[in-house]
Amino acid sequence: MNTTVNLAGVELKNPVMTASGTFGSGEEYSEFVDLNRLGAVVTKGVANVPWPGNPTPRIAETYGGMMNAIGLQNPGIDVFCERDIPFLKKYDTKIIVNVCGKTTEDYCEVVERLADEPVDLLEINISCPNVKEGGIAFGQNPKAVEDITKEIKKYAKQPVIMKLSPNVTDITETAKAAEAGGADVLSLINTLTGMKIDINRQTFALANKTGGVSGPAVKPIAVRMVYQVANAVKLPIIGMGGISTYEDAIEFILAGATAVSVGTANFFNPAATVEVVEGIEKYMERYHFENIKDMVGLVK
Amino acid sequence: MSNKRKESAMIVSQECIAADIYSMWIQTEKIASLAVPGQFISMYTKDGSKLLPRPISLCEINREKKLIRVVYRVTGEGTGTEQFSELTKGDWIDILGPLGNGFPLEAAKGKKAMLIGGGIGVPPMLELAKQLDTKKVLVMGYRDEQFLAEEFCEYGDFYVATEDGSAGTKGNVMDAIAANGLDAEVIFACGPAPMLRAIKQYAEEKNIVCYISTEERMACGIGACLACVCQSKEVDGHSHVHNKRVCKDGPVFLSTEVEI
Repeated sequence: MNTTVNLAGVELKNPVMTASGTFGSGEEYSEFVDLNRLGAVVTKGVANVPWPGNPTPRIAETYGGMMNAIGLQNPGIDVFCERDIPFLKKYDTKIIVNVCGKTTEDYCEVVERLADEPVDLLEINISCPNVKEGGIAFGQNPKAVEDITKEIKKYAKQPVIMKLSPNVTDITETAKAAEAGGADVLSLINTLTGMKIDINRQTFALANKTGGVSGPAVKPIAVRMVYQVANAVKLPIIGMGGISTYEDAIEFILAGATAVSVGTANFFNPAATVEVVEGIEKYMERYHFENIKDMVGLVK
Repeated sequence: MSNKRKESAMIVSQECIAADIYSMWIQTEKIASLAVPGQFISMYTKDGSKLLPRPISLCEINREKKLIRVVYRVTGEGTGTEQFSELTKGDWIDILGPLGNGFPLEAAKGKKAMLIGGGIGVPPMLELAKQLDTKKVLVMGYRDEQFLAEEFCEYGDFYVATEDGSAGTKGNVMDAIAANGLDAEVIFACGPAPMLRAIKQYAEEKNIVCYISTEERMACGIGACLACVCQSKEVDGHSHVHNKRVCKDGPVFLSTEVEI
């Protein structure tokens, strides 16, 4: 059985990775799962300088999911390169660094700094709904997506994944724009902007007022968007949005995703990633798939 | 890779000990053998609509019998805590722990300690009272109905404050401390933020070393998601800003270290 997948020339032992922001840089979860079993670890977003993030409360539970507005708290690229990359290098898994910024220059600074680091792919977060500048400001306008992708490609030594926002009318437009800008891979979906009101305190549940909704409740939307994008562009897709089990992961693969990310599920099942890896293998056995590539986009 | 994992554990007993306050004993060799006072566990519902763990502090740890006790408040109809309260002896519950740092017992060595609990911050003070081998006063504040009071009496001089004046000093824990002329060389406290704020101020004015157990909304419970941060004076070890993680760096902090 062959579970290896290829993302822009980088071969992953299996298609399962972590969704940025839910897994830190792997250290905390390494006490629960063997990181060597994962196709890749996608780190929490890192910027050129440390970001303090948003005020608390930063999270709220929603029906079948959750909402967060962490605000991309991160230690900045210097600490990240000194501490997080060497930690991940101890494992036999691919390293994908999620990059965030407030301006195009911020993104490019981080990308340039990572050029000589032992990092396999870069994921560019142009879709975080929880920061005022940068983030989603880039991700909702096809022209802006194309421009920033082009700019980042000038500095990037590793293949570039553009992470798309679902908070748009037609996600195939931003997907095509990223492709036109030279993106190597697309990942989707980031969280859906939502709001929760605490009726006992008569205020917003999150200090940020709005937050990104994730978890099983958003999965059908994510599967639909992966299917649409897979039929609109030629790039490989990393699918995510509510994946908690191998069955969820298979849906995304059949819809057109080459790889998948497990996010919110880590919070209620710290072993979710490895369980998805094992489940995919069993599924392939049961349905006699010799090569996982034969499953990608099988449902037309 | 260590052997940390979410486990399914059997409930040994469950009873309602006051209005909306439940006491549950859980069989778990691993957590009982590792836990220290002030640590907490993540408790999971079986309800797919309520996915996030509920962080609940440990009230008692029985190493010999491999049991832990949680005393928690049911926060309303249809809540996860209400679902926990419906479980009975022989049922299984998914838990993860022990989590967090716990109270530093060594800080009280040879010193007169004051343990202060308020509301649902009362339960974690019980195991601390049991394990602290030093002279201590115990000050617990309740809205109205007392719980665990008799159990506290075994471990030190016990003082009560009730908001409705039904027992002890009418008012809050600070009123009980003043009314009884209590003092100490080290304070350990757990309770609602306004109470912790008042204790922090009191301790700093009197120059008393004070440890407070804080609370914040959590998702992962293990330090990865950065949801449950509190503002710290020092630069934190994780993000190098001023945001310590309540679930991992805390929940117990030196009062002078954090803004609450």
